[in-house]
Amino acid sequence: MWLILSIVLLLVLWMAFTREGRQAWAVTQVGIATVPQRMGASSVVVVGIAGVVGVLVALLSMAAGFEATLRETGTDDTVIVIRGGAQTEINSVVDHNTAAVVTQAPQVLHNGAGQPIASPELVVMASLPKKRDGLDANVAIRGVGEHAWELQPNLKIIAGRKFKPGLRELIAGKGAAAQFNNTEVGTTLKLNGQTWTLVGQFDAGDAHDSELWGDADVVGSAYRRGSSTTSIHMKLTDRGAFEALKAALITDPRIKVDVLTTRDYYNQQSANISRAIRILGITVGIIMAIGAVFGALNTMYAAVAARAREIATLRAIGFRGLPVIVSVLIETMLLALLGGALGAGLAWAVFDDYTAATLGSNFSQVVFAFKVTPALIAGGFKWALIIGFVGGLFPAIRAARVPVTVGLREL
Amino acid sequence: MKYLHLVWAALFRRKARTLFTLFSVLAAFLLFGLLDSVRAAFSNASVAGADRLVTISKVSFTVTLPKSLLPRIQAVPGVAEVSYGNWFGGIYQDPKNFFPNEAVADNFLDLFPEWVMPADQHEAFKHTRTGAVVGASLAQRFNWKIGDKIPLQATIFPQKNGSNTWTFDLVGIFHAKEKKLEGQENILFFNWDYFNEATQFGGGSNVGWYEVKLADTRQADQVAQRIDALSADSDHETKSQSEQAFTAALVSQFADIGLIVGGIMGAVFFTLVLLTGNTMAQAVRERIPELAVLKTIGFSSHSILGLVLGESILLLLLGGAMGMALSSAVIDIARAKIGPNVPLAALDLSIWLLGVALMVTIGLVVGALPAIRGMRLRIVDALSGR
Repeated sequence: MWLILSIVLLLVLWMAFTREGRQAWAVTQVGIATVPQRMGASSVVVVGIAGVVGVLVALLSMAAGFEATLRETGTDDTVIVIRGGAQTEINSVVDHNTAAVVTQAPQVLHNGAGQPIASPELVVMASLPKKRDGLDANVAIRGVGEHAWELQPNLKIIAGRKFKPGLRELIAGKGAAAQFNNTEVGTTLKLNGQTWTLVGQFDAGDAHDSELWGDADVVGSAYRRGSSTTSIHMKLTDRGAFEALKAALITDPRIKVDVLTTRDYYNQQSANISRAIRILGITVGIIMAIGAVFGALNTMYAAVAARAREIATLRAIGFRGLPVIVSVLIETMLLALLGGALGAGLAWAVFDDYTAATLGSNFSQVVFAFKVTPALIAGGFKWALIIGFVGGLFPAIRAARVPVTVGLREL
Repeated sequence: MKYLHLVWAALFRRKARTLFTLFSVLAAFLLFGLLDSVRAAFSNASVAGADRLVTISKVSFTVTLPKSLLPRIQAVPGVAEVSYGNWFGGIYQDPKNFFPNEAVADNFLDLFPEWVMPADQHEAFKHTRTGAVVGASLAQRFNWKIGDKIPLQATIFPQKNGSNTWTFDLVGIFHAKEKKLEGQENILFFNWDYFNEATQFGGGSNVGWYEVKLADTRQADQVAQRIDALSADSDHETKSQSEQAFTAALVSQFADIGLIVGGIMGAVFFTLVLLTGNTMAQAVRERIPELAVLKTIGFSSHSILGLVLGESILLLLLGGAMGMALSSAVIDIARAKIGPNVPLAALDLSIWLLGVALMVTIGLVVGALPAIRGMRLRIVDALSGR
């Protein structure tokens, strides 16, 4: 970014204080003033580059949004304990004895009542029809312990009430509620032949919004899991306690577990999918950029040809080649900037906060919003400038090279 | 056709401009080929499974079903054969090496005639307790040969002794009969009996899903309903659907691939139409006196229309065909280098036909305005350059 700014600054100084620079400024002015006469051709540069930047920013914002949703789900001062080697919660089984050992670790924060802030959680799947197309998709049902609310201070109930422990009641995250049928407060749901009631909706502002929550014991009995759970979530006394806790638990011969901060755990869950989306976005972007470069070349060769006589005249009366080159480049890059702004603006207008869902590594839907960040927009402008530079350079050199006598005879 | 050389000459009147436009068209159709290949890889995953049903738990495919259903499903009229399996989810060396691996009953492969394997290997699989079979492209990816030991790290099912490492003996390698099913070779199957005996949780009384072969494809819906009726209102209700429907629902959970691909293609083709349209308009504008000469020597207005349209369609066809040929080459190289794991399907005839249809349509659209302009020329005005 600073590089670009300093180049612009140097250019302005050059134009203001040197003879060649003032010539370049004069030629550029003529070029820009004649752009409206070449509306159709110039719009090829603008639209071509807008297409590249728009698609690129849109796809990358999808990756950024997915990553951000999962990143915000984790924190550095909460840990997740799963069975050794399980990778994800859905693969994991943590039995009652393990849970007892884990929650008694001294690094676990205790609440005012002297109980460890730990929640044994049971993640299971249910298949529900999606609102959009009626096809079944997996929603995660998270059975949580009584201390889950203390682990999730940001979680707010936005409709209805919390579920009551011991009852077949569920609350729906707002993402899940928006995605699936039959998740409104007051509706009932049949799972494994039992009827559950939706009693509330919650907003946690992270990946938990894609889940349904209920009481871990009740969910466990409905899914015939006995007293085992899939993971233990716990609050640390402080961030620094993590290493000690991890060392103590993984060397304990009674249990076989993996211990991660929830931040690391959720970052890992997003890594594969966001990488795949990025590869897709950049591949598509590169191919489109190649197409756009040729479009820009075409346009600028035509622009230079249309002004051949004028440029030859300027050179006949003593203008040098460099100002001509610079002016053509500036014209192309201004068009490119316009295209970049158009593309990034469209991507922002259409896709910022656009919600989508995909299958996360827990085999269940994760709802997330696209995030068009300033960094992505800056990146888009960089692409636009590079395309403009390459597309303008060769026509610019040609304009400066055509022999004056030939140029003067051009129609 | 007899004017082809004329159209050709007109097209390359300005070589640089035509080449640049050709390359833009090429880039657009390269993308078209690649993206459609991605879409196809996700959507036509199962074309051969029309005579099979998949029976899973109604709650979710991650919930197991009791094995006691097996004889009852076998007894359902219209069912030819039943097999079952369980998702194992083992990791080979590194989670990045992901491929599906499943424990299956000994008759499982009999239900998949689209996969071929030498009979002796099939026999060996049935009789080797720790035996495993893999698809040819998976074997190629990790350089496995028959007789190799393949260790997998369990993520869901530790062994009774607490170990996460399961070691299998590779006894067979199967091939997909058709090239477009090659993507399905990326899988490992091992024996149910080994899984059943060695797993800590005694998976024995439960299976992940039932695979049902139909006696008559046309009865798919009735048979599915009969199977689901067996467990209606129990605590293990099932959901039976054709293999295709099952795959479609699974894919739609990843993302609406069609929507994303459609959106990108829309942006690409909109840009392309504008760009080539501009080129054609320039080309015709420059040649107005020439077109007037053609009219003077007796070309009808309709011939001029045809000439200009022919030129733009030819431009699109040339660039488009090269772009799609290039994407086909890229797909082949990617599959050869990275393995069949890349979600890219070989371009089949229907994609080529769709591509050609698009080329002709875009050629007509961008050529229309300049062509009409050429057709309506008045010779006197055009010759005098007015």
